[in-house]
Amino acid sequence: MRLFVAFLAITLAAACDEARSPDAFSGPPAFHDEGYPERLSDWNVIRAERGALRLNAGVTPYELATPLFSDYALKLRTVYLPAGSAADYRNDEVFEFPVGAIITKTFYYVEGADGTVSDAPAPVLDMPTPDLAGSELASLDLTGVRLMETRVLARRADGWVAIPYVWDERQRDATLKRTGAVMPMTLRRDGAPPVDFPYVAPNQNQCRGCHAPNNTTRALSPIGPKARHLNAPSRYAGGRNQLAAWREAGILSASDAQLAAAPANARWTDENAPVAARARAYLDVNCSHCHNDVGPADTSGLDLTPAAAHGPKLGFCKSPIAAGDGTGGRPFDIVPGDPDRSILLFRMETTNPAAMMPELGRALSHDEGVALVRDWILSLGGGCA
Amino acid sequence: MALAANKSTETVRPTFRSTAAPLAIAAASALALAACGGENASAPSTAADTDYQETLMTRLLDAAPGDVIDIPAGRFMFDRSLSLAVDGVTIRGAGMDKTILSFKDQVAGAEGLLVTASDFTIEDLAIEDTKGDALKVNEGENIVIRRVRTEWTGGPKTENGAYGIYPVQTTNVLLEGNVAIGASDAGIYVGQSRNVIVRNNRAEQNVAGIEIENTFDADVYGNVATGNTGGILVFNMPNLSQPGARTRVFDNDISDNNLKNFAVKGTAVASVPAGSGVVINSNDQVEIFENEIRRNKTANVIIASVYSSGLSQDGMSDDFDAYPEAIYVYDNDMGEGGGNPDGLELQALKMLKFGPTGSFPDVLWDGFVDPAKAVDGALPPAQKICVRNGDAKVLNVDAPNQFANPSVASAPFDCELPRLPAVQLPEKLAEL
Repeated sequence: MRLFVAFLAITLAAACDEARSPDAFSGPPAFHDEGYPERLSDWNVIRAERGALRLNAGVTPYELATPLFSDYALKLRTVYLPAGSAADYRNDEVFEFPVGAIITKTFYYVEGADGTVSDAPAPVLDMPTPDLAGSELASLDLTGVRLMETRVLARRADGWVAIPYVWDERQRDATLKRTGAVMPMTLRRDGAPPVDFPYVAPNQNQCRGCHAPNNTTRALSPIGPKARHLNAPSRYAGGRNQLAAWREAGILSASDAQLAAAPANARWTDENAPVAARARAYLDVNCSHCHNDVGPADTSGLDLTPAAAHGPKLGFCKSPIAAGDGTGGRPFDIVPGDPDRSILLFRMETTNPAAMMPELGRALSHDEGVALVRDWILSLGGGCA
Repeated sequence: MALAANKSTETVRPTFRSTAAPLAIAAASALALAACGGENASAPSTAADTDYQETLMTRLLDAAPGDVIDIPAGRFMFDRSLSLAVDGVTIRGAGMDKTILSFKDQVAGAEGLLVTASDFTIEDLAIEDTKGDALKVNEGENIVIRRVRTEWTGGPKTENGAYGIYPVQTTNVLLEGNVAIGASDAGIYVGQSRNVIVRNNRAEQNVAGIEIENTFDADVYGNVATGNTGGILVFNMPNLSQPGARTRVFDNDISDNNLKNFAVKGTAVASVPAGSGVVINSNDQVEIFENEIRRNKTANVIIASVYSSGLSQDGMSDDFDAYPEAIYVYDNDMGEGGGNPDGLELQALKMLKFGPTGSFPDVLWDGFVDPAKAVDGALPPAQKICVRNGDAKVLNVDAPNQFANPSVASAPFDCELPRLPAVQLPEKLAEL
């Protein structure tokens, strides 16, 4: 009897491995034009197998010059377009993607043997060729990696849909988690004691908190695939400009004139770039999906898009509207030259859910981002009369 | 003094009709988990608390227009915000003291429930102890919030969330029969909205009981605002997409709002002195009538410009109208106010002008007049501040001249203004 039970368990386990983790992609990515597939692997875009996170053929990894901060998580972004289709270039807005487009963003950490995670340099995606067009079966070595969640944005006929998946403990696949999840984590950073924090995967409605940048139409949309975020050399494109590489790969339709005039955000870590450009790029990608003229945070009158000029709209000497204890006892959104009297910086530093900005997507403060914005505010002279 | 709030700490696990499918899936995945090695196969020990969170979140995600989401009696714990983004949904509890959504354990989210949808009704439940705002409706039309209690159960504290009931950028709004307690900014706050009725609510132990801000056409009546720092506020703030005008505040009980201001510095309400009955700041066309306004120790009615609230002149859009104009105060039952004003300047002024046992008159005005509109130093008739309220007098504190020449008068304010029409809500709201 005992033998039989053991045998059954082994058989079942083997069956699971086989069912959960097929050895190869079976065909191209699978677009689902309705419903919420139960598993990430149902999309056939990325897959964890043989110790690596693998990208299916035709799936393009990309990166942003300056990305959103998410509790020091590392991110792998991919885009897939149906064969023969391309996204239409837009100068300032998100590119117009064809129906059938699938974008994924996978959040992960480098994990130590004791289960804590760190912000150690990420393992680099292994690209079989330096050319995006040949990026088939690029893969991320999962040794020492903990996959947290993968968010899927799919462009259906009636618009984008956002679908959250949380990785199973065994790291074989990610499972649909529409109500989100809270995962207790411990982060180790150099020179600091380990810090416990709740990693929060958003619930599906909360996706709208960032991905519905127009609070009147409330249409869902990606945020990253804008010219200014992609217009930079990319390690995924062999160091070449990513917009040019996208066009070459046939996934972006843009004219030479458009690409020549494309706006470019600074890389926030680029110490050769002016601090203002780096800070504004940081505020753009972390804040402007809400803090724009028509966004959910237009109620505050604070506009953090790159186009906002120095003045009350950009927070200079502007009183808060409904910040509550988000003011941190400080008088104005930005006091030029005085970061420690600037509400904006307080809201970046605090981890109180009632006061922190962004409202979603972090439980920790981003020390380096705070330092950058602090330097920028310091560099602005003038104060408030 | 909480209003018979249910303080039971018992956690109730509600029963639910459940379709067979999710159950089958749950069973299947439990089996699969068990078979596949079984990590986390056992349910977390806090299942009773978190079960309903998942259930309600899922119902909010799956809601379709026309749905009524019934929440049974019980005390339900949440660790994250709830949100609704589907038009035409009703959320209904079993009573504000029976159905309690508690956010005591909240770890994430800037509010308890965030609604980004139209044709929305919520009624008969309580939202307690959220980290940030309790109930926020951000942009939508035809919004009904009735018999909802929002409360911070530890009493007034600076770390309480900012707003209890908080519709912003909404049109056609009915807030009635609600109870708001302990907000560190405003218990009931209507921002940047149009066509609003706020009636028969109770607001206590908030910094501001009820606040109407940058809103056009609001009727505020039948409410009790007591025990707050300021009872009812009608404000306009700069740098927003719309100013506000035309608010009627009538038939309210606005007494004993003498709570020490516990707002965080930097917020607009942090400058509201304790002991304020009605405060009008930079708003136009405001009627205050037939209220009972008593025992507010700074003043029963304060009329002020944004220049008295500590804002930076650098930080104001040029087109902002900073002056309260066309304000009409009449036929209120006012008295016993102004005897112990908050703040050193006002205290000194009271001592100087009225002596240790005297009191400010019922109406206090900061004295700022828009120089662009003034004719011979006074406002033209249509923009005037009018007070026809028995023997009530107005104290002009002369703030523009650093309180140099404060004066008490009634004759210059003896005027009347055309009455504002009543706010009409679409009939549809009665059905919501």
